[in-house]
Amino acid sequence: MSPEPLWTVFVNAALVNNFVLALFLGLCPFLGVSGRLETAIRMGTAVTFVMIVSSAAALGIDRLLIALDATYLRLIAFIAVIASTVQLVEMFIKKVSPVLFRALGIYLPLITTNCAILALVLFQTTKGYGLVQSLVYALGAGTGFTLALVLMASLRERLELAALPDLTRGTALALTLAGLLSMAFMGFGGLGG
Amino acid sequence: MEQPIPPDPTDAPVPLGEEFRKGVWRQNPTFVQVLGMCPALAVSNSARNALAMGLATTFVLVASNVAVSSLRRFIPRQVRITTYVLIIASFVTIVDYLIQAISLDLHRALGAFISLIVVNCFILGRAEAFASTHGVVPSFFDGLGMGAGFCWALLSIGAVREILGSGTLFGVQLFHDGFQGATVMLLPSGGFFTMAGWVLLLNAVEQRRSRRAAAAPLAAEGAR
Amino acid sequence: MTGTAPSLPPPSAWQMYRSMVGVGLVCGLLVVTAFVGTAPIIRRNRAEALQRAVLQVLPGASSTRSFRLAEDGHLRPAGATATGDQLVHAAYDDRSRLIGVAVEAQGLGYQDVIRVLYGYAPARDAIVGLHVLDSRDTPGLGDRIETDPEFLRNFEHLDVALSDDGAELAHPIAPVKRGARTASWQVDTITGATISSTAVATMVSRSAAFWVPRIRRELAALEAPE
Repeated sequence: MSPEPLWTVFVNAALVNNFVLALFLGLCPFLGVSGRLETAIRMGTAVTFVMIVSSAAALGIDRLLIALDATYLRLIAFIAVIASTVQLVEMFIKKVSPVLFRALGIYLPLITTNCAILALVLFQTTKGYGLVQSLVYALGAGTGFTLALVLMASLRERLELAALPDLTRGTALALTLAGLLSMAFMGFGGLGG
Repeated sequence: MEQPIPPDPTDAPVPLGEEFRKGVWRQNPTFVQVLGMCPALAVSNSARNALAMGLATTFVLVASNVAVSSLRRFIPRQVRITTYVLIIASFVTIVDYLIQAISLDLHRALGAFISLIVVNCFILGRAEAFASTHGVVPSFFDGLGMGAGFCWALLSIGAVREILGSGTLFGVQLFHDGFQGATVMLLPSGGFFTMAGWVLLLNAVEQRRSRRAAAAPLAAEGAR
Repeated sequence: MTGTAPSLPPPSAWQMYRSMVGVGLVCGLLVVTAFVGTAPIIRRNRAEALQRAVLQVLPGASSTRSFRLAEDGHLRPAGATATGDQLVHAAYDDRSRLIGVAVEAQGLGYQDVIRVLYGYAPARDAIVGLHVLDSRDTPGLGDRIETDPEFLRNFEHLDVALSDDGAELAHPIAPVKRGARTASWQVDTITGATISSTAVATMVSRSAAFWVPRIRRELAALEAPE
């Protein structure tokens, strides 16, 4: 159990060390999916959900690996956990809410290669978080990810109508926006300390 | 109805040099395909870290390409992605231990991003798109080319950030003592801006080249 | 994948299991070989890095030994490659006399957790050195805790004398504004890196309050020859 209080864990994951803007995680979906606000929100929600479930599952697997003294299998085990979680979440959503399933569409399977999820479970392991801390950490990370995605999508939607040189449209613009957002988020530094 | 792995495609064999070169320029993973960006920006705040990450990724890429290619006839299509991920994860674990054995300092600098090589989209992408349908030697060169492309992309970002941010290159002081680096370059924002700069530059070069190529036949005709 | 591929019968469950288990076994073998092969080298690297850090915070030392705090409150010798947070590292000069004890402390800095190693010299009732082990704070600003010579000088003689009953520090270590240091148990923080430097002072204070009384109590165990 790490001595960090829960609200620090949350604020740290969501703002101070935002997974996308500070830690450079989850960039592929961030640059790929942030064109539209609606898809951004959906992707963010899906990722948050998968993060929370993977976090709990990974904690359990890690305890097992430590008990079996097989920590060198950690990476392989975590990848397996994440892939299975995405599969399970997909099946669960399909059964519980077909509407949501159709709305999320292709985004769910894409989450498997989202490095943010793997990074989340790796970090929570090295930080030694307990169960509640891990869940709060996952919630914070997912919230931060969604926040970054939503901000980016809103900006890009606005800029679509602006007069910009063709050369900059697309990746260059997205990256510059990300840089500016990242600088803005640095203002959160020291929160939770 | 699922098809099992088909035999080698019957199109003409591509020269190995070309397999290597396409990864470096035309299909550069970072600047053209825009894949594998997380490590590209995260560990590139110094040229040394960028190079180390590039080499580690190249090692995993080449090893997994060769492994997937040699096993391609034995892996049924249904379980191929799981098997590829298993192979890639194993090599990443090996590289992780190798780096720890070589230099703990480097391992601390690269941090979690070594383990994150396993979700680097273009490694899985190459295994699926190339290694699973080509022989071992072409796959080896494909991996080497993509890895080299990734290395130079990372190095270009890392070098710019290090020079502007700390005034050094590979730890060697470039400017006089009073040089005040632009700290923003060492921060996440700097990574984003540097990569944006490179993408812009390369887009401009590419645009100029295609304009010239489109204008050439017209000029040759002498029309206008 | 190509339209002209001849169609083979779909693989049976046995074939799929066979290939996955086969691949799994080979991968497992490779990973375990790499692990076993590099483990001794990694252990040695870690021990060397720790040794270097300990010798840096306790000047004059030439050898180190690690001790673990057991459940009964006594310090017992731990292996050279032991890890954990109930560990302290005793440093000896070349005549095997105890120079001091290096203790690891950690706490939340500006961006992320900071880990430091400080050296406590019982003979001088003071902390005599500090070395930052791990810090992700802002380069050029927060990371000045690692490089600012004035800040590090705070820790060259930081009073940690015990109270009369020996159960706690007579004067807890207190961070103060730059230049306001009047007593030897205060730490001048760095302007421009206030949070990081205050964090370091706080974590050292907390750690010293816990370890100094215990180390003093167990001096005999630390000074005992191997």
